[in-house]
Amino acid sequence: MEHYNMNLTLKVWRQKNGKSNGSFESYQVKDISSEMSFLELFDVLNEQLIRDGKDPIAFDHDCREGICGACSMYINGQAHGPWQKNTTCQLHMRAFKDGDTIVVEPWRSKAFPVIKDLVVDRTAFDRIIQAGGYISVNTGNAQDANALPIDKKDADAAFDAAACIGCGACVATCKNGSAMLFVSAKISQLSMLPQGQPERETRALNMVAQMDKEGFGNCTNTYACEAECPKGISVANIARMNREFLRAGMNSED
Amino acid sequence: MALDAKIPQGEMSEKWNYYKGHVKLVNPANKRKLEVIVVGTGLAGASAAASLGEMGYKVKAFCFQDSPRRAHSIAAQGGINAAKNYQNDGDSVFRLFYDTVKGGDYRAREGNVYRLAEVSASIIDQCVAQGVPFAREYGGLLSNRSFGGTQVQRTFYAAGQTGQQLLLGAYSALERQVALGTVKMYSRHEMLDVVMIDGKARGIIARDLVTGELERHFGHAVLLCTGGYGNVFYLSTNAMGSNVTAAWKAHKKGAYFGNPCFTQIHPTCIPVSGDHQSKLTLMSESLRNDGRIWVPKKKDDNRKAVDIPEEERDYYLERRYPAFGNLVPRDVASRAAKERCDEGYGVGTTKMAVYLDFKDAIIRYGKTEAGKTGNENADSATILELGKKVVAEKYGNLFEMYEKITGENPYETPMRIYPAVHYTMGGLWVDYELQTTIPGLYSLGEANFSDHGANRLGASALMQGLADGYFVIPYTLGNYLADEIRTASIPTNHPAFEQAEKEVSDRINRLMNIKGSQSVESMHKRLGKIMWDKCGMARNEQGLKTAIEEIKQLKEEFWRDVKIPGDINEFNPELDKAGRVADFIELGLLMCMDALNKNESCGGHFREESQTEDGEAKRDDENFSYVAAWEMKGDNAWELHKEPLSFEIVKPSQRSYK
Repeated sequence: MEHYNMNLTLKVWRQKNGKSNGSFESYQVKDISSEMSFLELFDVLNEQLIRDGKDPIAFDHDCREGICGACSMYINGQAHGPWQKNTTCQLHMRAFKDGDTIVVEPWRSKAFPVIKDLVVDRTAFDRIIQAGGYISVNTGNAQDANALPIDKKDADAAFDAAACIGCGACVATCKNGSAMLFVSAKISQLSMLPQGQPERETRALNMVAQMDKEGFGNCTNTYACEAECPKGISVANIARMNREFLRAGMNSED
Repeated sequence: MALDAKIPQGEMSEKWNYYKGHVKLVNPANKRKLEVIVVGTGLAGASAAASLGEMGYKVKAFCFQDSPRRAHSIAAQGGINAAKNYQNDGDSVFRLFYDTVKGGDYRAREGNVYRLAEVSASIIDQCVAQGVPFAREYGGLLSNRSFGGTQVQRTFYAAGQTGQQLLLGAYSALERQVALGTVKMYSRHEMLDVVMIDGKARGIIARDLVTGELERHFGHAVLLCTGGYGNVFYLSTNAMGSNVTAAWKAHKKGAYFGNPCFTQIHPTCIPVSGDHQSKLTLMSESLRNDGRIWVPKKKDDNRKAVDIPEEERDYYLERRYPAFGNLVPRDVASRAAKERCDEGYGVGTTKMAVYLDFKDAIIRYGKTEAGKTGNENADSATILELGKKVVAEKYGNLFEMYEKITGENPYETPMRIYPAVHYTMGGLWVDYELQTTIPGLYSLGEANFSDHGANRLGASALMQGLADGYFVIPYTLGNYLADEIRTASIPTNHPAFEQAEKEVSDRINRLMNIKGSQSVESMHKRLGKIMWDKCGMARNEQGLKTAIEEIKQLKEEFWRDVKIPGDINEFNPELDKAGRVADFIELGLLMCMDALNKNESCGGHFREESQTEDGEAKRDDENFSYVAAWEMKGDNAWELHKEPLSFEIVKPSQRSYK
């Protein structure tokens, strides 16, 4: 792969903490290699800021291989930037060219308050999982793994839903700030597996209730979440979640 | 202090049963009064916290990430081993035990490893019950694949995302306990010291990484499940936040550090592309099932891979190790790649890479697929197309990842790979009960030194993390806590907490007041370079001695000239990183000292002075068949304690994969 260097202008959202107002600041960076990752660009910029006695830009990141779900930049109006099915850490600078201006913002959603700069609080997702995103099986209670054959089709579909990395790009990209793709992926995974049947209905009801309580918006079927999801989680999961929710509501004894 | 591993009596296969049958128990009413601190929420920490919560203990769990689901276990790709013998290919608990001891080059404890193999099957059962979507065959049963260093198929997997699926299983079990109120979760918190009262671990000092505030937490016992320290090399496959700090604080408080120099260099990672490189990305070992590793037979061959004809390729692993071929253990494969590149046969712009080629596998699978439909005379385009589909099903996400990073399509041109730091077999010394040399302080998963000897076999890290958390600590912790039922919770205004907090606070203030000129990152890079060059894939006396001096110098420079922006009482990742790098520098010193002391080659530790005529690692069992457990004795000073290793079952021999 041919590589090249570029000079760029970055407009980055700076916000000291959750209480203060933020604003964009512009930075010039030079000689950026097309082989760098997008986060390595931020490493370079931060080293420059530290050298100049300025406050480096805070951003969440950890594994830098697209699986932990920590990185969360809104780049030129797209969650995780221009590439499809991709996280910010896996975006590489060959996606840009010399002279480009790149605008970087945090995830913006009522349920994801800003902590600092590009870092937001996504603990709402943990609380939704606490509401029912599990199978209640204590350690040591399991039968032999092969005592429960599962149709490969169902296992594969459950895996596809389970591939969600909990990054929150779906929420950030949705004009309503809806978390339905995230919530439906977990509800789908567990409802498609035989192990998930005993708690199937309470799970759907409780997770949806917690989602609403956290202040996430509703779904109006724009499919933006699926388009921006780094793991390609399908909106079919949202349809399934709606069915699960309806089914649970109709069967409810309350 | 004499090291007592506390291996239970009896035949190897009966030890764990005997232990479980004789261990002290804590009754349910008392469990409610006992508090346990779990630091780290990867596979070991999350599974331990969840299991202990289920049992009725009051648990507090801590992680530095924004959510426990992000712990670096999530990035494990290839799979998890278990002695299920579902493939009817001759596997058994004994085989897994044997392979692990041999793979570890006879530097692990037999008792621990046997137990690991024994509980491995239960892990798969537990994970499936939790809804972990492992790969399955069309009949609905679980699928397996093989991994390096073994001749059976015992690896369970979920595409190339096995770690993710297992961690999400453990995470969901953990969150369930959080909802039930048995576990209280503290995310974006970093443990900065162990609090000791009357010689026992009684709590921790943690820093809230959002506000910068220091907090005191009491626990009747403290479990460190904080992962490995590969980031001491700066470049590794570890997550950016992975660090040694929690383990190092424990070490400074008296916990011995076992075999610190045992580092696993993984053979198949995407090569370094330039100075900007911040981390390295692994390409799962499972790829070696189908990929063939080669370099050109001619030095400095600048042709494209596809233009080099078959007869001019050197499949050097198949040539050197016909019995295991491309599936030799990781240490062997890594050294062989280094040897070829050092000799001038490397490929790519940096010449520090070898090819991992899927062409033959694609053709083989394509022919099989064509055959299934009776199309015995399929043309080559059809065969390639069918074969690519099979390969995509097995490794699709890895191929995508490779293409995103390098811009090259591995279905069309071979991957370029090179070894990179991946895992650390060393860690806090623990006994059979996973207790460190500090009473009440335990260490689980990669953070301890226990099960992998000098080299870990592929797909065994996930197994060990979950074995420790789900199936070992629930028993062994009770044996300690049974004697603590009369200990009331100690208020955190106890002088020991005050003192520990003051020490932590003083250190942070000292770091912030240096106001020097060099960034934390730049000094971490320098440490990494010293470690990689002199304590990496090959080590020698002269290099290690130089490294020790260089690291001492770097340490002095760090504490004089590091530059940390921002303030203490705010979200300040540079300050967090500075504390971690300061600990890495001290650890790097100890690693070099350990490597210098171990004047033999074994597993991932290759001393150039100790090799066979054909360049294979040469062990010295007579002088080095022990666990090196280091006790800190002050600034840059340690004392070595030896725990002798005896092998009753797997008799040490020179490992041969030929």
